[in-house]
Amino acid sequence: MESGGFDFHIVFHSIPFLAKGMGLTLLLTVLGIAGGLVFGTVLALARLAPFKVLSFAAGTYVNFFRSMPLILVIFWFYFLVPLVLGQEIGAFQSVLIAFIMFEAAYYCEIMRAGIQSVRVGQAYAGEALGLTYPQNMRYVVLPQAFRNMIPILVSQAIVLFQDTALVYVVGLSDFLYSADIIANSENRLMEMYITVAIVYFALCSWGQFQVRNLQKKFAHE
Amino acid sequence: MFNKFTIATVVAALFAVMTATTASAQEGSFVLKRIMERGVINMGHREASVPFAYIKDGKPQGYSIDLCNKFIEKIKATLKMPSLKVKHVAVTSQTRLALIANGTIDMECGSTTNNLTRQKQVDYLPVTFITGTKLASKKGSGITEIEDMNGKVIALSQGTTNEKAVKRIMKAQGIKIKIVNVKDHPQAWLALTSGRVDAYATDDVLLYGLISKSKNPDQWQVTGRFLSYDPYGLMVPRNDSTYRRIGTILLADLMRSGEMLEIYNKWFNPGPTNINMPISDTLSTAFVIQALPH
Amino acid sequence: MMRGALRVGLSVVVLLGLTGCAGDFRYNWQWSILTCTSENIDAGCIGPYFYWILQGLWWTIAVASAAWVIAFSLGSVIGILRTLDKPILVVVPFVKSPIYFRTRWIGTSKGIITVDVGWFLHGFANIYVTVFRNVPLLVQLFLWYFVFPELVPHDAGMWLKRDLPFPEVSTAIFCLGLYTASRVAEQVRAGINSISRGQQYAAMAIGLTPVQVYRYVLLPVSFRIIIPPLTSDFLGVFKNSSLALTIGVLELTAMTRQIEEYSYAGFEAFTAATVLYIGVTAIVMGAMRIVEARVRIPGMISLQAK
Repeated sequence: MESGGFDFHIVFHSIPFLAKGMGLTLLLTVLGIAGGLVFGTVLALARLAPFKVLSFAAGTYVNFFRSMPLILVIFWFYFLVPLVLGQEIGAFQSVLIAFIMFEAAYYCEIMRAGIQSVRVGQAYAGEALGLTYPQNMRYVVLPQAFRNMIPILVSQAIVLFQDTALVYVVGLSDFLYSADIIANSENRLMEMYITVAIVYFALCSWGQFQVRNLQKKFAHE
Repeated sequence: MFNKFTIATVVAALFAVMTATTASAQEGSFVLKRIMERGVINMGHREASVPFAYIKDGKPQGYSIDLCNKFIEKIKATLKMPSLKVKHVAVTSQTRLALIANGTIDMECGSTTNNLTRQKQVDYLPVTFITGTKLASKKGSGITEIEDMNGKVIALSQGTTNEKAVKRIMKAQGIKIKIVNVKDHPQAWLALTSGRVDAYATDDVLLYGLISKSKNPDQWQVTGRFLSYDPYGLMVPRNDSTYRRIGTILLADLMRSGEMLEIYNKWFNPGPTNINMPISDTLSTAFVIQALPH
Repeated sequence: MMRGALRVGLSVVVLLGLTGCAGDFRYNWQWSILTCTSENIDAGCIGPYFYWILQGLWWTIAVASAAWVIAFSLGSVIGILRTLDKPILVVVPFVKSPIYFRTRWIGTSKGIITVDVGWFLHGFANIYVTVFRNVPLLVQLFLWYFVFPELVPHDAGMWLKRDLPFPEVSTAIFCLGLYTASRVAEQVRAGINSISRGQQYAAMAIGLTPVQVYRYVLLPVSFRIIIPPLTSDFLGVFKNSSLALTIGVLELTAMTRQIEEYSYAGFEAFTAATVLYIGVTAIVMGAMRIVEARVRIPGMISLQAK
């Protein structure tokens, strides 16, 4: 270590810049969760649907994305999305699409387990009342499935929040990358990384605490 | 005499001539065509290549950025479209090639070595900087040449031309050096200053930059002969000679008029980061040779 | 309706992708570079790229497997510790207390000091899981590789930096193992808690000791239940090992990047890596399915999802 040891002044000076990065991280997380949840639910319904082709296609999709490292997925999407759309779009949009497509595979599995956790009798009862398949899903199965799944969904959201750190590979200024830029330009890698670790830890622990509260709440009901 | 029809014909003819001149400027050039369609020039730039392209006060600046801005002005003049917008796209050493290939950026402004292998995928404007691999080590460590590293530890950035050069010399001369792979320059510098390695080998200009930013600049030294030859150039899409020629003309003009030297001195002698590198004989010769006449 | 739309949408995306690739993609495909086995400038081989990919694959498998061994053993222990709900009292030898006192974790009775080791172990396990789950792996890798050696005594730090064999690989294995252990621990805990209390009481009623209850009743059942989520964590180790490139481990993803830097033919290398990752995943999934079938208890209804 060069003499002089740790100097955390630089951290305080760069709070506005870091806050901007954190804003991007949070935005990416929220939009990623929202998009992933919608697309994931669609995938889960497709996987459980009584049509072979559809459930096979959805299953292939899920297995494909679950076997790829996120870092490669981000890379591929960053380069291929502009080609598919036929026009260049920003790094943020490409990465967001990558996260939605990737997380959907995981949300699909969570949703599937959630739908299967609803007792079969409930679905039969819905059918007996004369509900169609979509109605049955919409009014009977999904509301219960969502409730059962909330703690796991929030846990996955925390994982996604941490995963957004990977966008550094395409040079998008999220929280970690912003910290990295400052660390590099000021030559203070140690201080910045320790700060980053503490911030992530605090936010994720808070999230985990909320999960535990939710679990307790649902256990009591 | 002049009925509506004739006037319309004349206007149409005039319009056709005008579009024809614009069209001739971008004829056969997919990049210029793309720029006209988008109304935007996408400038890819590195974010931490001091002093070539780096972010200061939220905007990219540096030696390569200055040259790119001149290039952009020239493009606007050629297309007669002064209102073209410029969009900055941050790139890294891992994304630069793919972003040129998939058409996202129209030029890359950073510190990219021009070599023959890379020319299979991209084209380069004339050489604007010349550097090579050297060693950075602690003063008093007794390291000057690569041969002094026998039995010691060296940091190398994955996949760089510097790594290639050092490995080739080690193999040719039978020197045994332990290699520690690092991701980028700051990590390499951390490995060196924390004592994990005895030396770091990369382009000498980057080493001077790292030292000028370190906590104790007078503790570190850059030594040895050049272990490789690394000419830098601005990167442009491949197979578009019309587009590339705009840049070639621009740089030849700058080099002939001596303006190039002024831009060089602005960034390197001593430069905003105090890098203090007067122009080398090789580079000033390169400027003379590349100043082609009209 | 929705399903039809989805299928059409997917086909459109695929078609657009194909035309897009054929259309404006100004890339000079050089698939032959993947077969480079020696340096041959004329053939575009600056290095033996083929062996680099194999080497990268080997490091990916080595790092992931070694990390999984750590993760599985440590994670199991920590998961079990987290399910402890009864005090484990240990008598402190040779020390007698003249006064009577009692707290949650330490107490005296007849002058003998007893310590509730279970309370400490349980607390340790909780803290461990909280810390390792709540910091991104990328940051943890950096902390272990660069910050940790500065925090230990100087000589130990220098040893870590200079004499540790394969420093970046060892650090990556260690870090990935500790990180994944926190996830395995959560699965183990969930598995044990999912077994109905009745089984535990039944085991105690027939006179098993707490250790025997775990050894013969709780663990055999819970480990079978959690095979699917554990498979997912095992795959996660392979995928996460790609992050080790940030501290300089030349695993598969790092090698593909190195090939890109050398040859500027990155897409070919990325494609190769993608195919290899999918292959590794398929093999691991298949292997775990065989394990699951082998260890299935006859007559027990499979608790996992379809």
